[in-house]
Order: sequence, then structure tokens, then C-alpha cells
Amino acid sequence: MNTKAEMNLITLNIDGQEVKVERGSTVLEAAKAAGTYIPTLCYHPDLSPFGACRLCIVEIDKMRGLPTSCTTPADEGMVVHTNTPRIQELRRNVFELILSEHPWQCLTCPKNGRCELQEVASHIGLGEVSVPPIYKNLPKDTENPFFRRDYNLCILCGRCVRMCQEVRGVGAIAFTYRGGQAMVGTAFDHSLQDSDCKFCGACVDVCPTAALMDKSSLWAGIPDRKVATICPYCGVGCQLKLEVKDERIISSVPDPDGIVNHGQACVKGRFGIREFVHHRERLTAPLIRRNGEFKEASWDEALDLAAKKLKSYTAGELGVIASAKCTNEENYVMQKFARAVLGNNNIDHCARLCHAPTVAGLVQSFGSGAMTNSINEVGDAACILAIGTNTMEEHPVIGVEVKKAVNNGAKLIVANPREIDLCHFASLWIRHSPGTDVALLMGMMRVIVDEGLLDSAFVKERCENFDTFRESLKSFGLDFVERVTKVSRDRIIEAARMFATHSPATILYAMGITQHSHGTDNVMATANLAMLTGNVGKPSTGVNPLRGQNNVQGACDMGALPNVYTGYQAVADPAIREKFEAAWECRLPSSPGLTLVEMIEAAYCREIKALYLVGENPALSDADTQHVQESLAQLDFLVVQDIFLSETAEFAHVVLPAASFAEKDGTFTNTERRVQRVRKAIEPIGDSRPDWWITCQLAKRLGGRGFDYSCPFDIMEEIRDLTPSYGGISYERLESGGLQWPCPTNDHPGTPILHTNIFTRGKGRFIPLKYILPGELPDEDYPLILTTGRSLYHFHTGTMTRKVAGLNIIEPEGAVEISPQDALPLGIAQGDKVKVSSRRGEVITKAKVTEVSPPGVVFMTFHFAESAANILTNPKLDPVSKIPEFKVAAVKVEKI
Amino acid sequence: MKFEETKKKAIEEWESTTQKKVCIRVGTATCGRSSGALDVLKAINDELSRQNIDANVMEVGCLGLCYIEPMIDIYKPGHSRVIYANVTPDLMPQLIEDYLLRNNPRPDLALGTIGEGNIEGIPRFSELPMIKPQVRLVLKNCGHIDPVNINHYIANGGFGGLIKALKMKPEEIIEEVKKSGLRGRGGAGFPTGTKWGFCRSAEGVEKYIICNADEGDPGAFMNRSLLEGDPYLVLEGMVIGAYAIGATEGYIYTRAEYPLAIKRLEVALDRMREHGFLGEDILGSGFSFDMRIKQGAGAFVCGEETALMYSIEGKRGMPRPRPPFPATSGVWGKPSNINNVESWADVARILDQGADWYASFGTERSRGTKTFSLAGNVKRTGLIEVPLGIPLRQIIYDIGGGIVGDKEFKGVQSGGPSGGTIPAKLIDTLVDYEHLAEVGSIMGSGGLIVMDEDSCMVDMAHYFLDFVQKESCGKCVAGRVGTSQMMNILERIIQGEGQPGDVEKLESLANTLLATGLCALGGTAPNPVLTTIRYFREEYEAHINERRCPAKRCTALTSYYILPDKCEGCGICLRDCPAEAIQGGKRMVHIIDQSKCIKCGTCFDVCPPRFNAVVKVSGEKVEVPPEPVPVKASKKE
Repeated sequence: MNTKAEMNLITLNIDGQEVKVERGSTVLEAAKAAGTYIPTLCYHPDLSPFGACRLCIVEIDKMRGLPTSCTTPADEGMVVHTNTPRIQELRRNVFELILSEHPWQCLTCPKNGRCELQEVASHIGLGEVSVPPIYKNLPKDTENPFFRRDYNLCILCGRCVRMCQEVRGVGAIAFTYRGGQAMVGTAFDHSLQDSDCKFCGACVDVCPTAALMDKSSLWAGIPDRKVATICPYCGVGCQLKLEVKDERIISSVPDPDGIVNHGQACVKGRFGIREFVHHRERLTAPLIRRNGEFKEASWDEALDLAAKKLKSYTAGELGVIASAKCTNEENYVMQKFARAVLGNNNIDHCARLCHAPTVAGLVQSFGSGAMTNSINEVGDAACILAIGTNTMEEHPVIGVEVKKAVNNGAKLIVANPREIDLCHFASLWIRHSPGTDVALLMGMMRVIVDEGLLDSAFVKERCENFDTFRESLKSFGLDFVERVTKVSRDRIIEAARMFATHSPATILYAMGITQHSHGTDNVMATANLAMLTGNVGKPSTGVNPLRGQNNVQGACDMGALPNVYTGYQAVADPAIREKFEAAWECRLPSSPGLTLVEMIEAAYCREIKALYLVGENPALSDADTQHVQESLAQLDFLVVQDIFLSETAEFAHVVLPAASFAEKDGTFTNTERRVQRVRKAIEPIGDSRPDWWITCQLAKRLGGRGFDYSCPFDIMEEIRDLTPSYGGISYERLESGGLQWPCPTNDHPGTPILHTNIFTRGKGRFIPLKYILPGELPDEDYPLILTTGRSLYHFHTGTMTRKVAGLNIIEPEGAVEISPQDALPLGIAQGDKVKVSSRRGEVITKAKVTEVSPPGVVFMTFHFAESAANILTNPKLDPVSKIPEFKVAAVKVEKI
Repeated sequence: MKFEETKKKAIEEWESTTQKKVCIRVGTATCGRSSGALDVLKAINDELSRQNIDANVMEVGCLGLCYIEPMIDIYKPGHSRVIYANVTPDLMPQLIEDYLLRNNPRPDLALGTIGEGNIEGIPRFSELPMIKPQVRLVLKNCGHIDPVNINHYIANGGFGGLIKALKMKPEEIIEEVKKSGLRGRGGAGFPTGTKWGFCRSAEGVEKYIICNADEGDPGAFMNRSLLEGDPYLVLEGMVIGAYAIGATEGYIYTRAEYPLAIKRLEVALDRMREHGFLGEDILGSGFSFDMRIKQGAGAFVCGEETALMYSIEGKRGMPRPRPPFPATSGVWGKPSNINNVESWADVARILDQGADWYASFGTERSRGTKTFSLAGNVKRTGLIEVPLGIPLRQIIYDIGGGIVGDKEFKGVQSGGPSGGTIPAKLIDTLVDYEHLAEVGSIMGSGGLIVMDEDSCMVDMAHYFLDFVQKESCGKCVAGRVGTSQMMNILERIIQGEGQPGDVEKLESLANTLLATGLCALGGTAPNPVLTTIRYFREEYEAHINERRCPAKRCTALTSYYILPDKCEGCGICLRDCPAEAIQGGKRMVHIIDQSKCIKCGTCFDVCPPRFNAVVKVSGEKVEVPPEPVPVKASKKE
């Protein structure tokens, strides 16, 4: 029955007790399994054994000396004694030595009550410390924005060092000096800001003492409770615990048992939550614009006004922009509101600006437009192609998985015009020209086909349309590809062989693939490559779009899109429509509505007259923002619902204050289709309310039926009824972790890997592709290509992160990254003030001269309103998915 | 075969260089250089060209008589080589003229002769008391051949072992090494052949061998001398080991403070590659192997094998617990075999001359020879090689010539900071792995520091512990905090602030370190303290209980006094005292102000011997007048 598992078990004797553990376990792990306490300080389950603190010594029969149990592999028949009088005495002696190096200032220590030394002391029974204290009298580091480092309290357990090196792959800190002077520090004792530190806080989380502390919660005390929830930043969906004291969040800490993040987070999730949630600029009351100025109003006033105004337009004149930051339940309510109450399908959200091509492209290739595999599988891949993703900055915790794979020996191919962090871990870095991804990928596939490296069986059995596709490869001779991409043919051949011959191979991509006027083609090219090499439907393979917003996957799943209801059920399908009409007890429009970009355009043309906009900031996030802002100004009536008065809210007539993620219940669906519970940690700030409540109030005032939910649970029950892929996802089941859709029934375990036996659409479809030039190319007037992206330290339009002091210290302002080759002839030096202009506008920013940017390409993030990159970007749309071309715009840079 | 041709040519070159005409060898290893050998070399060359004498001048390694460097030897065809020690550049013109032009070998300056024939008035080098008890198996070429000249090495039997090995099966080589009884010369004494067997049978295609040349014990220089004097012997042993183990790549890990050894190794590696002893398909055997030098950055702990391997990988050199042992997971996580410089050299000799030959030296369980650096208060310091099992007395008195100034022998520290002190009463201890362990010390890599009656054992223990404490990597509690706490106690004892119970506390800490140290460095750090307590406990007690340093070494416990009945008031000490601590006047008895005295000993040194008025005391009180008094007056009293 369980023979295989049995074979892998070994039996050993610990203090007279027989213990069975898996082969490969350490003696310490075996002792833990047996319920035997062995004191440890340097040991940590996520880190390699270290053997430094010497507390876990044991006696093992037939073994010389006193081995440390944390480093000694358990073996069949071993007889272990963990607590003999000799061991006890030596442990007390060793612990005395440890304590002699650690000041006993427990009462004045912020870690009092949580310090692991206290825990060990309580077991070890030390009467007194007979050796004198050794006080190092080192200055505390309080200069950096996030950590307090007091190495006088450090016991040199090395957890922080191992965490930084082994797990995070950063290596910002290491052991420095020798002997009694040994300590943990950065290279040349530089400040953390000047080191490679990314402030992820993983070192703080594993420190057993108060040597490393979260500065912001240093004296906040021991939390009253810890509430498990999901990070509100990116699409990774890290499981966090919000620590609450006196009804305020004092800290956010990654959950060590988090199935997605395994105790890891990034600087934003770890240090960027408390401040924005409690920020004084949070909207705490509804606002109504009166005589050009916002005045606080009661909820009834504001809602009545909004309802009255919205009622005054025809269905076609109305639009709803939903939010990838809101919960599934809220997005569901919003799309229901648009369709059932306002009577049109004009509902969309910012997925249009990020992964619309993914949905459009992968649906054509595979049948469903989401990440095919799971985050945890990335670490086991033999080859990773990371194309158009700055994973370390934009999805840092997936970056941790990538580094894990590299540590395990995986080949990493990075395709990116910029020299991003990931390049430094790559086996092969391909620096292709922006906008030439189709040529690059098709070139690689041409090599794979020509050299017979394709998975013929997979292609034959699982896919269709291969011959037509193969025909289309003919126009991708390597001469052509080399010329277009500016990548040498040798590298293309090397990449092709590397990807085709290392299995399992996985593809990760993000906006670098999608945000193009041919983004859908790019997506389909990645799908072609995966199918060609048989890398679909198996562990650690697949096409994995890394989604940007915490719940952009969920907002799409919930039908906050103009053409589909929940679970991608087409509004144009009469049977589906009837199902929803029956459930919602209303008539529903049959034609798809306008996309986000189209709604903005329609506003400009005064075809859309009123918008209900929730938790989005198109005034900063959309391409050609001058035009967007003009459009918003054209609106007769704009309702903005948000947690802060965003740049977009400035255009509103009514502003409704929403509760943040920390103040409400619900679910988010992360990039790997995992639905996870968001839990209310504190009461809504001021008079803010959860978005679902606000939308329901509006709906009811407009005569909508079916909006009488008492809580998000009720909404989820309705979602489950109407959405086959969410059918089995209940709050009850989510209590024990997330579930990955499709999960149709209550007994379905969820689907970590899509397309295992059969593609969602039946057979995987090869799509023949052509190389299409970007919408705008550099010319004499605008000689440089501008590409845009995100930084590790800020998120999106900075609505939340720019409220966090520490993040603003590390990255206070935007900059344009320009190569030295381009900067020199323009007379631009590091830090110079420059004007960047395109055909659409201009911004003033600082120059960051760096070889990260290749010659001819400049880079800006879009976080900063004062140097808003999207003033410059090209609104040219992908014809299929209607995404603007954020990644390629022709600009010029001038010193001012 | 090709090698035979190479050898024939090599012998031709060797003979033409060293036998066909005048050949002057100059010892230019580090020990020679630090005594001025390069100036001597220049003086020789200048003089030869000035006199227009046709002679070969050859730089050679160290003969081991470091106490009388620089050394040269002059060969004249038809005569034996004549060795001259303590030479100076100034002496060269005269010597060259006397010997080479006037045929006067200057017996008054000569140390000994080497080779056939005797020269009157000059003893045979091999009969010198320092040389006679020695058996030079691995040092046989040092001081005789040009260390980087591969032909010299070949002409003297070099690569004979490798030629034999390549005709054997790897397992047979391992058997041969086992049979020789060779044990690790790095100090721990693990049987070398057995260790090789582990690595050979470890799973893996890539395997590494490493030469541990990170010699760092205070006072130890055996490995440096060998690498500087005969690098090929070590490298040959490594190629043999690589073939036996199945390694594809090798590292020589040496400290950057050995620039000359590194330079010579680099040249030697190049020559070996040129001659096909390294690289692809070595000597047509089908076996491919190459190696490179990795320079350490000066951390003592990197001599520990796991730390050394991390250092090779570019990581901080910090030991890790074993298992896994390097044989299964060493450098880069691959099976690795590491041996000390001397072990590798022994291997080349064993394969050349046979296991039985090697095993005929030494004792039953400690076979072969061992090199030692003989240092400290012994008359003849230097590099020696002796058969294992030799009595310690023979090393100190016959080879070393006894104690400097014929003072009392007090003890000898063997095995460096990890070893222990062997007291005078155990001078008949046999020097081999078992007997040294029995008396609480270790063989170590071969450091022998001889101490005379003026050495304070507490101070000595303090010195070694201070060294280990500073060189500890800081990783484990024993190595980092344990040594610091022991240091604190020793510090206060030598400062005269010892407390009753300190010795017991030291013993307790020492035992904790022995039991819980992560690596050999931390785990053996207490050895000098433990052995000195074991053999010289009364010295500790004198420091603690009587505030007295019996050796009068610990400055805090010693005082200088001027004896009133001997002082003539000459004023020399008064004038020379750097602390202006001496009061007095002409014909007035001088007095040392103890509160100002810095105990530098200047007064003691400068007081004319005919007066001998200054005394150094510890724990005693000397009665002196409260202020200077006239000399005569004081003498009357």
C-alpha cells in the first residue's frame, strides 16, 4: 500500500523512543518529530544547517564526540541521547558563553517576551552566568528607513546572512571581521542603502533576538492579535499576518506557513502597509464637489446625489471602471451593477492595461487566459525563460523562486533590453530591441524546428495547426531575426537549444510581452514555444503571465470585463445570458460593452457622459495621460470611489471613501489562479465603507434588485452558483488555504496545472505569426525609445507606496534611465534635470545615467505624478486586446 | 619511451651545469633572502664577471640551517662541494679569489663538504651534528637543485614515481600508499591511503584534489621551504594522487604571504604542462588532469579543510560541521581529497622508492619521516627532517645543539596553537603520533618551539590562545566566545589580577571548548592552556596566589630595583631610562620610581657588569632607600 513511503522511512531511537522519519531528515528533525525538545538558536527550517550555536549537541552511540543534531543526518538504527547529564552541563556552559555576549537588558528590550534566548533560557535551567559580560559597544544603525540594527544584541547565529544569501539570493550582508570582532555587516561597512539590500525584511523575521527589528513597530508592543490576510500590492498574493494592537495595524509580517510565499515578502508588503492604511490623507467621509471645491457630506447625501445623477443618463452614456485592487466579491457586485442596474456592458478595469493580451492570446492558443502553472513549481524548473519580466522588482517573491531554481542548477534565460537584476543570475541574457519579441521567439522556434529539437509527439498528439505555423516560421530566417532584434544569431541558437533541451522548461512573462501594439501576438508566440517543446500541462512548465495587481486575476474572473460574465462566460452567448438574467431577475444587454480605453475615448467624444470609477487612477496610469485627463474633464458626472484622493479623483463630482483591504473581508485571486481569503483586521478608517457595501447602496438607490447582501460571504455564495470554475470555492474551504480554479465542486481539489491531459479548448493551437513593427519608431525628432515599468519600492501610481515614508526615502522621485552612450552627446550627467518629450507631451525629471539601459533606449517608471511617464506613452492599441503600447514610444531627452 | 629521452637530456643538462665547471649554489629561499642572500648573489655575480671567471651560479632552496644563513656552496670540478655559512657580500671577492683563483678553500670559513672527496680541515656536511641524525626523504633536493628547473628535478629521479604510478591501476596505488603507512602530515595523522580510498569510491564524475599549503602556525615554515626548494616533488605527488583518486582538477591552496613559493609553483606548473606532466593525456596515459593555485587572504582558519574549500569557492572561509566529509562533498559540493604539502611530497617518494622502503623508516604505527621547523631558544634553528620515533632529546640537544646561552630547557610547544607544551621532564618522549598524544600534545604540521627557563608558561599559553582567538572565524560559540572568555582570565592572571578559582574556571571552559568546538581550530584551542596547567600548574598558582611570575616574564608582575650597596651612581641608567623614572645624581645611589617605571629593562641592560646593580624581581621586595643617598654613605650602612 504505502510501500514506497515505507521504504523511505528510517527508524532511530531517541532517548529510548522509537521514531520513524524520512530518509534525509536530520537528527534534530527526528527529535522534533518525536516531540523531544532540543534547544537551538542558529537552526531555522528554511535555511541550510549551520552548526554554530552548539546548543543542539547530542550523544549518538558509536559516534565520536558530540555532534550537533541540526547538522547530523539521521540514520537507520541510530541511538541518540539528547539530554544526558553531560549534555545538560555542556549546554549550560555554551549558553553561558552565548549570554556573556548578549546584554541582559530584557526589560528594556523591544523583543522582550518574543526573544528566542528567553525561550532557550526557560528550558536550560541556568542558575547564573559565571563568565563576565563582553559588551561590544557597537553603534546602532538607525539610519536606514526600515530596520533597527543593534549588533550588540547579535549572537552571530547567521540566520540573517543565510536568509539573505540562500533564500533571497541577494547577499547584502555577510559575516565580517574575525574572532571576537566577528559580526554581521555589509561589504566595506557601507550603509544598507548603499549595499545590495532590498529591504525585504526576511533577515528581521528570522532574527532570534532584537539585533534586527522592524523600526516602525519597535515600541508598539506585543500585538493583541494577528490577522491572516493577503498582501494588497502585486499579483503574487503573499500571505501576510497583520499585527493589530489597540485596533491599529502595527506591522505586517509574511506568514511562515504561507503556501505561496513561505514566509517571504518584499519591502512593500513587509514595510509598506501600516502607514498607508493609517495615513492621515485617507478619505474618511464622502465628498461632494460644490462650486468647484470638495465638501464633506453624509453618506446619504453623497449616495443620493450619485444615484440621482446616474439615473439621468441613458444606459449607453454610462460606464463603470472596476478595480483590480478590490476583492472578487466587490468586482462581482460592480459588474452586476453595470449590467443589471445601469443596463450595459460598459465595464472594464486596468487588466486592459496589463494582461488583456494574455487573456486574448492564451484563449486562442490554449482556451484559457491565465497562468498555466503554479508559483511553487518555478523552483523545480530545469530551464526558465524570463521574457519581458523584471521579476526581482515587480514580483519579488516569484523572483525568490527563480533564484531557487538557479541555485538548483536550472538554466535561466533572460530576454530583456534592460540589464535588470535577474540578468546577473542568468545563464544567458538576450538584450533584444524593445518590441521585437515576436521575431526573437519565432527565431528561436525556427532553430528548434530546423534542428529537430521539438517535442514531435506532443505537437502531434496535443496540438493542431502546426503545419500552417511552420510555414510562418519561414519568414524568420536568422539573418532577419538578427537584424531586427539586434541579437547575434549565436545567442538565439544558444537560447533555443537551451530551452528545448532542458526539461521541464517554463516561460515567465509580464508587461514586457503584453504592453505592445502587437501584445496578443507576443503572448501567442510564447504559447507556441511552450507547445513546440512539449512544455504545457506538466509540473514546472507552461506559459506563466505574472499578473501585476493583487486581484487583477480575480477582477477578470469576476467579469469586470465588457464581454464576459464571471468565469469568462460570454455575454453574447444567449444561454449564458439567460442564466444570469434568471439569477439576477432582470434583462441583460447582449452586446459587449466598451473597454476602458474606449470608454475614456468615448468620454472625450462626449458619448459617455458619466462614469463610476472604483479604485483606479487612469489620470496617471493610462497611456497619453494628457488626453486621458482631458477626457475625464469632459465628463458630466464622475463618481470616484477610493481610499485616497487620487489624481483621478480630482476630476470627480462625488468622491466615496472606501475601506482598505485591511478593513474588510473577501477574497483575492492571485496570479496563479489561487483564490485566497482577505480578512478584516481593523474597523474601516473614519466613515469609510467597504466597496461592496457602497456599490450595493448605489444599486439599491437606482432600483437594483439582489443587492441585499449582509456580508461578502453571501456574495461569494452567489458567485459560486453562477461560475462553474469557482463552484467549489467556499469560505469554509478557504480557511485551510487557497484554492486554484478551476475548482468546480466542493470535493474538487483545485487545479495547480492547467491543460494536463487536454487543453481547455481541446487541442493546443499553433498560431502563425508575422513580425509587426512597434507603432512608433525613433526618428530624427524623437530619436530614443522610451520603455516604462515599475520599481521594487513603489507600486503603480504610488497611491499607497508614496504614503510610506521609508519607501520615499529610498526612492523619493522618478528618473529617466539613460545609457552613458546616449547621455554623453546630450551633455547629460548623473542627476541632471532633463526634459523628456514625445509627440504627446513632456515631463521634467532627473537623469539616471546607467548601463542598465541599452543605447537608444530610455526607461521611466510610471509611479510619480510629478514626472508621469504616461504623459509620453503611445496610446496606439493592440487590435485584438485594445492594450496601449506602453513599452515603446519615441522620445527625445534634453538637458534643461 | 619518451620519458627516457627527456630524462637523458635532463641528466646532460644537470651534469653540464653542476659538474662540468665551477658551480656556485646560493640558497635564496625566503630564509636566505631575509638574511641577505640576494646581495650575496649579486656580489658573486659581480666578482665572477670582474674576474672573468666562467662559472655557473645557481639559486637553490634551503638546506635547513636557517640560523646561519645566508649559505652558499662552491663546486670546483674534481672537488667536493664546499659549504660556507653566514656569508656576506663583502666576503665574496676574497673567497672567490682564494678558492677559485688560488685554490684555497678557506677551511676557516667553511662549514662542510658535500660529495666525493674530502678537503682537509673541513668536515663532511653529513657528519655535522645538526645533520647527522636527520633522514632527508622529502627534503632531499632542497638546497641542491634549481627549484624551478624541471630538468634538475628529473635528473635527480624526479617523476620516477609518476611514471610507475601511471602503469599501475589506481587501486594498486592506493594499496601502495596504505602499505607505506603514510599518515597525514597536516597534523591529524589520518592514514592517507584510507582517505584516498574514500574519495575514490565516492560517487561522482568530477572530483578534486587539494594541496593544503596554508601553513599558518606561528613558527612553522616546513611547507614554505619545501615549496620553495622542490616544488615539483609536491606537484608530482598530486598528479599521482589525482590519478589514484580519479580527480580531474586540483588546487594548491597557499597563503598569499608566500610569494616566492607561489612564483616557483607557477613556473613549475607551466613547465609540467610543457613537458606533458599536466594537462590532457598525461605522458600518453590517457589520464587528464590539471591544477591551479588559489591564494588565501591570510586567514589562519582557512587551513581547516572545510573553510579552505569555501575559500576556494570564493566564500568566506568558515568551517562547517562534518558529515558530509570532503570525500563525498567537498569543494563545489564534489568529492574532494585534501592533503598537506608534505604528504603529497611523501607520496611521490613512496611511489618512486616503494612502500616497503618508506615504511622502513619510523616506528610501527608512525612510519616514515617528518619535517619540523625547529625554532625558539635553541642554538641551531632551522628546517629538519627526522625519522618518526626519534627522541625529543635528540632533536633539541643533538640537532638543535641545546639551549641558547646554555640555559635550562623548560619545555617545547609542538603542533602549533592546537598542540601542547611538553615539559623538560618528558624530554625523552619519542616524537611520533602516539607518544605526542600521550603527553597531551599533537604532531601537528611540524612546528617545534623550544623554550628556556626564562619562558613563562602562562604567558606562552596566553600567546597561543590570543592567536587562536584572533584567528577564529567567529562562527561557533566555542571558538568565538569561549576563547575570548579564556583570554580574559589569562589576561588578568598575567596582569597580576588572577583570582582563586581561575585555573579551575580555565579548565572548565577548556573542557567545554574541547567538547563543543565546531572545528579543530576551536576544539583544540585550549590545548596549550590545558597542557601548561597540567605540567606547570604551580606557575599559574604563583601568578594568582603570590602575584609572582617565576620566569620574571610577565611585566605586570616584575619590578626592577637598584641595589644600594652595588650602585656606584654612574648615571648611565638614569640617562638611558626612557620613562625618566630613575632619580639620583653623581655618586648618589640611584632609585627607581616604581610608579613611573615601564619595566622596559633598559636599566638592567645598561648597568655596567662590573657593578651589576640592577635586579629584576617578581614577587619579592627589595629594600632601597626612600631617596638618593651618597654612594659611600649607603655602602657604609
